[in-house]
Amino acid sequence: MTTSTIDLTLPYKTRVQDALGNKHLRTALDRSTGRMAGQRVAAMTAVDGQLLRDQVRQMKEHVIRNLPDLLEELERTITANGGHVHWAKEGVDVQRLVVEIARKANVQKVVKAKSMATEEVHLNQALQSAGMKVVETDLGEYIIQLAGEPPSHIVAPVIHRRVEEIAEVFQRELDMPPTLDPQVICSVARGALRKEFLSADMGISGCNFAIAETGTCCIVTNEGNGRMSSTLPRVYVVVMGIEKLVPTVEDAFLQYQALCRSATGQQCSVYLSMTNGPRRPGDTDGPEEFHVILLDNGRVDMLAKEYGEALCCLRCGACLNVCPVYREIGGHAYGSTYSGPIGAVISPSIHLEVTDVDKLPYASSLCGACREACPAKIDLPRMLLELRRDVVEEGDAPLFDRQSMQAFSFAMGSRGRYEAAGKLGSLGSNVFAGMSGGNIKFMPGPLAAWTSSRDFPPLAKRSFREQWKERQRGRKSIGEGKKEE
Amino acid sequence: MTHKKQFDSPPRRVALFVTCMVDMLYPEVGMATVELLERHGVEVVFPAEQTCCGQPAFNSGFWEEARPLARRFVDIFEPLVRQKQVDAVVAPSGSCTTMTSHFYQLLLENEPAYRERAAFLGAATFELTEFLVDVLGVTDVGARFDGRLTYHACCHLLRELGIDRQPRALLDAVEGADLVAMTGADECCGFGGLFAIKNGGISTAMGQRKAQNIAKSDADAVALCDVSCMTHINGLLSREGQRCRAVHIAQVLTNQVDVAARPASDEVAPESKAAPRRWQDDKVKG
Repeated sequence: MTTSTIDLTLPYKTRVQDALGNKHLRTALDRSTGRMAGQRVAAMTAVDGQLLRDQVRQMKEHVIRNLPDLLEELERTITANGGHVHWAKEGVDVQRLVVEIARKANVQKVVKAKSMATEEVHLNQALQSAGMKVVETDLGEYIIQLAGEPPSHIVAPVIHRRVEEIAEVFQRELDMPPTLDPQVICSVARGALRKEFLSADMGISGCNFAIAETGTCCIVTNEGNGRMSSTLPRVYVVVMGIEKLVPTVEDAFLQYQALCRSATGQQCSVYLSMTNGPRRPGDTDGPEEFHVILLDNGRVDMLAKEYGEALCCLRCGACLNVCPVYREIGGHAYGSTYSGPIGAVISPSIHLEVTDVDKLPYASSLCGACREACPAKIDLPRMLLELRRDVVEEGDAPLFDRQSMQAFSFAMGSRGRYEAAGKLGSLGSNVFAGMSGGNIKFMPGPLAAWTSSRDFPPLAKRSFREQWKERQRGRKSIGEGKKEE
Repeated sequence: MTHKKQFDSPPRRVALFVTCMVDMLYPEVGMATVELLERHGVEVVFPAEQTCCGQPAFNSGFWEEARPLARRFVDIFEPLVRQKQVDAVVAPSGSCTTMTSHFYQLLLENEPAYRERAAFLGAATFELTEFLVDVLGVTDVGARFDGRLTYHACCHLLRELGIDRQPRALLDAVEGADLVAMTGADECCGFGGLFAIKNGGISTAMGQRKAQNIAKSDADAVALCDVSCMTHINGLLSREGQRCRAVHIAQVLTNQVDVAARPASDEVAPESKAAPRRWQDDKVKG
């Protein structure tokens, strides 16, 4: 079967090559990223988008500055509501905690609402190893679970697949008759998932935001699967990154507003499910047990370094949709749970196993579209620059890069060397260009990465400074005066 | 750098930060910049000690290698402004202006003295179109262009410096220019400095998307404010055999760009399938 999937464990270079060479993947990305970016712009300009972003940023900065206090407040309020709070330092701690909770409650089947935090810690694999059946219930997640793939986008996990491929998966896995009608495909999934909801013992979800003052965990969905995962099974477990909290109910709705508009261009999502605690006496539904797992997994270290700003992230995916790099290669080529600009920034800090993670900060032209789209105004280009500096300082840059940059710095470090290099470059490049009729069609070594697909002009025969000197003959300029007298 | 230097009286003399790429690859852009400034009564001085601002090293993580170049740049230009030998520094590049007026603040974070001097210098450093429109108050420079013209917004210029209205205003005033819109005019062309080499495949894919949008716009020329992006876009247009070329805005504004009347597509003889030689390729450099 033709697929749009890239193997995450391959080296970065191969992943990118595979992605660029995958016509289906690029068709799928073309169909959706531009549309999603356009919807966001429309939704953000329908309100005072700048004000909304400023307010979100202010609120998230407050959260980060007061993280310890707010987390303790959240622990108190959840506990007071009858829920249980667990602290997980690493991904394996989440695995251990959830397996323990599941075993204690004699859980056989788990239904899951979409959650990047559980992807990050590979929770599904841990539960399956412990003998439990795990069913993803977000439609996109369900599709890629059937296909045996990780998500390739923060909010649109199956964005890398065309409808044609999705239909193939359903025909194979669910005996769906051949069709490309999205309504039919959805109803097949709906029928299959309904049975899973009704027979599940445990529901697991992430958390779009938790409200510290009330102990409320909120999940934003459009399919209703979140509501069924949080209310139908006996046990409900929320796994959330420690930064996903807001101080007050008012703040929650600020974040909700920014999230919906930025993620999908909606004014509000179809569902907003809020869980305060387990079922109380007299309640007609809700879980008997309610657990919240607070996950660090490198987030505290991000605060200690210069990357704490990244904890303002709402996980809306807006930066992916506008990123010209993501648009060409999709999420899997990043090799991480988190892709796109935000993924390139947080993947080196979050404790994830990513092949060639130090290549990710370089997977950007630093065009700044991400920062413009970010509802929390995260300065992603700045952090990418600083991460590149870290790569170099830690000695992880390729030797060729180091040597050429040292040579560059030396050559540019004096006027004499600069002018000599220019002269040499002019002579050499004009010989090269002369051979191919005006433009350079081939350059040696790593520079071939340019000329394999693009021409390069020769250096000018007479540089600006030479022409200027001639023009100024008889005159004297400030800069040259001192030197030449 | 939101606090740009304010001028009580019109600036009379500026230092040209020509940028190494313009110096070595596109002297005609430098000359056009000088012409535009002088035409509006501004005397231009060229500090010949200048080389490169260090962006390639900074941008690829080699901050240690970039710092001497940053200090060097500050040492050359800052005294000129500080001692009022010039009123401002002008560069025909959004990217190099960004480097010296924004990124030096990051690069020189642990060198307070240089950082302060860089901030002072940065406030007095202007990208060419910003200087023409915002400082000199000029939009009509008396240029003429016979053909279809579109505009590509370079990333640093647009999203770091927030300059967009100024080049567009200057182009709007060009007599005879048929300004056409381009899809994705504010999307990156894929250059990104060493990104174009290190991630050549992605960079090319982005550039090809840009080239397609240029073709769809049916423009004769794409004006822009950075020769780095211009090199990338032209590298693709040339390789693809497209007729259109990217040109620096200073070239448009000084009538350096001459696009011959374009034959209707059905008039193109089959033997002329090879891209017609263009004004830019024909121009003898220097």
